[in-house]
Amino acid sequence: MADHTTTTVSVRGCNIKLMRGGSGPPLLFLHGSSGAGAWLPFMQSLATRFDMIVPEHPGFGPSDTPDWLDTIHDLAYFYLDVLEQLDLDHVHLVGVSLGGWMAAELAVRDTHRLASLTLVDAAGIHVPGSKRIDPFLCNDEQRIRDFFYDPARADEMIARVLRPELEDVTMKNRIATARLAWQPRAYDPHLRKWLHRINVPTLIIWGANDRLFPMEYAYVYQQLIPGSKAVVIPECGHVPQIEKPDVFVSELIDFIDGMRIAA
Amino acid sequence: MKIFNFHLMPYRHADLDAIDKNGSAWVTYSNRHYDPRQGAELYHEYLDQMEFADTLGFDGVCLNEHHQTAYGMMPIPGVLAGALARSVKRAKLAILGRALPLLNNPLMVAEEYAMLDNLTRGRFIAGFVRGIGAEYHAMGINPVISQERYAEAHDLIVRAWTETGPFAYEGKHYHFNYVNPWPRPYQTPHPPIWIPSQGSSSTIKWAAQKRYTYAQTLSPIAVVARFFQMYRDEAEKAGYEASPDQLAWSNTIYVAETDEKAMREAKPHLEALVNQFLKMPVEMLLPPGYTNIESMKRVRAAKVTGKITSIEELNKTGVVIVGSSNTVREKLAEYQDLAGFNTSLTKTQFGTLPNDMTRANMAAIAEEILPHFRNRLPQGKQQQAAAE
Repeated sequence: MADHTTTTVSVRGCNIKLMRGGSGPPLLFLHGSSGAGAWLPFMQSLATRFDMIVPEHPGFGPSDTPDWLDTIHDLAYFYLDVLEQLDLDHVHLVGVSLGGWMAAELAVRDTHRLASLTLVDAAGIHVPGSKRIDPFLCNDEQRIRDFFYDPARADEMIARVLRPELEDVTMKNRIATARLAWQPRAYDPHLRKWLHRINVPTLIIWGANDRLFPMEYAYVYQQLIPGSKAVVIPECGHVPQIEKPDVFVSELIDFIDGMRIAA
Repeated sequence: MKIFNFHLMPYRHADLDAIDKNGSAWVTYSNRHYDPRQGAELYHEYLDQMEFADTLGFDGVCLNEHHQTAYGMMPIPGVLAGALARSVKRAKLAILGRALPLLNNPLMVAEEYAMLDNLTRGRFIAGFVRGIGAEYHAMGINPVISQERYAEAHDLIVRAWTETGPFAYEGKHYHFNYVNPWPRPYQTPHPPIWIPSQGSSSTIKWAAQKRYTYAQTLSPIAVVARFFQMYRDEAEKAGYEASPDQLAWSNTIYVAETDEKAMREAKPHLEALVNQFLKMPVEMLLPPGYTNIESMKRVRAAKVTGKITSIEELNKTGVVIVGSSNTVREKLAEYQDLAGFNTSLTKTQFGTLPNDMTRANMAAIAEEILPHFRNRLPQGKQQQAAAE
């Protein structure tokens, strides 16, 4: 079974935490608003097939909060620098939620180091009329509850992350999230104009019961990214990689394997 | 001491049960609860009270800014200040203050305040605040950049008032090719700047360094005394001795014939202010980045937002002064000496307090309190008292 390492990487003077494990083609995973605190079961599963690379974004967890960090665009360019510095090619880029928005912003700028793109319950666009909850106007427990379809999974998560010793890092992550997503609320009105530029195979994975970005977001993304494919996971909320890790991993692997066959 | 009449202009007809049910009178409390017929009457009632304060001899009248709430009907305080600029003949006119980070164009505050300073022929006091956390939900401004927008907007406004225009301004958040506001302020170099705050140490330090009057909002007098001592200490570090004129305490006073009667009459109205109009969940009060992690943890640990507070507690801890004129005089003098301030920003209307009771309260304060404090300065002991 593949193990992982945790190191600090300096990218143009900005120190970030980087977890890395497994071997195979590189898979860069961009986390969502809760940071990348632990090496989770889905990461371990993917590490059996991929060189699994999980950075923690500037502003989150133990990573630096650099002066230049103002918008999601800064992180899109930052990760283009990361790809260059780590000299990664043919990368499978996977982003969830806030990280999905980041991945989409990166891909409209430059795909030449990417083999594929996967957006999971991604922020970044606005779908008029779609009813979303406001994660900034509820308490920590409710916010986590809203991530899940299955209340039992929410309880597990609440017990795992709402601990006094994690309070500082939770607040730091909240501040970083607000910086990027407060206004407009988790989207860039200009992003959808340029999604047609994404010219790598793209998979869109969505929880059917996502209350933050409801399922119709998946179909709008799918229409805006040429040739992309959408997969909706039933009985699943905003975080399929945690609520339905096996389905998530198998959908992702099927997509990447299918891509090879097609190519 | 100078005593100002500070109005919050609450929508006092608000359905208190509906506020309880909603969890707050802010942001999400639907404006279907606002009746324009009643609201219009309230605006006139409150403006009449401000004019009454002027004729009664209050030293000033104060307005402030809050958005999307029954707590106060002054999202644009300049409108009401404009209405008062000609009818309030003698008293100072203060806006405490405009919430600078909420503005996409702070030059408009330089213009608005300069106009008010001209209209009042130099009786205007310019307050600057960040707005409370709820404002960032209501106005769609990112709380994470609140402090840097505040600093930049403040610098821009003061430069616009003091430097000969036109000049160019290039900040991070604000950019202007031409800064050249007409009119210029009436007062030289500009209207007095007052800084109301809940007691953030960085704000106190900054206000002391700039020699701006610091106004402490809704707090027990012991806490007020501590913050005012912090201000005096910061002034000393900055190389000068702070005058009591640089310290203003924001309070509520209600006077009746006896202590018991005053408490009984004020109780439902004052408790509506603190338990309904002010109530909000912590995530509304403190959006991420509005303040640093340490202060955020302090507020969350204190669980200040959920508590039900009684008038007895507010009166005992010196958040408010309610009682007979004798009691009010004694306590106000005691608190002035304890905390060392020379301005009282006094709410004479609060919560659901109706017009007749408010006017009777104002008249009683004018007759039985004001004359005793006109020439009264804080007496000696405040330094040691605050240090205890």
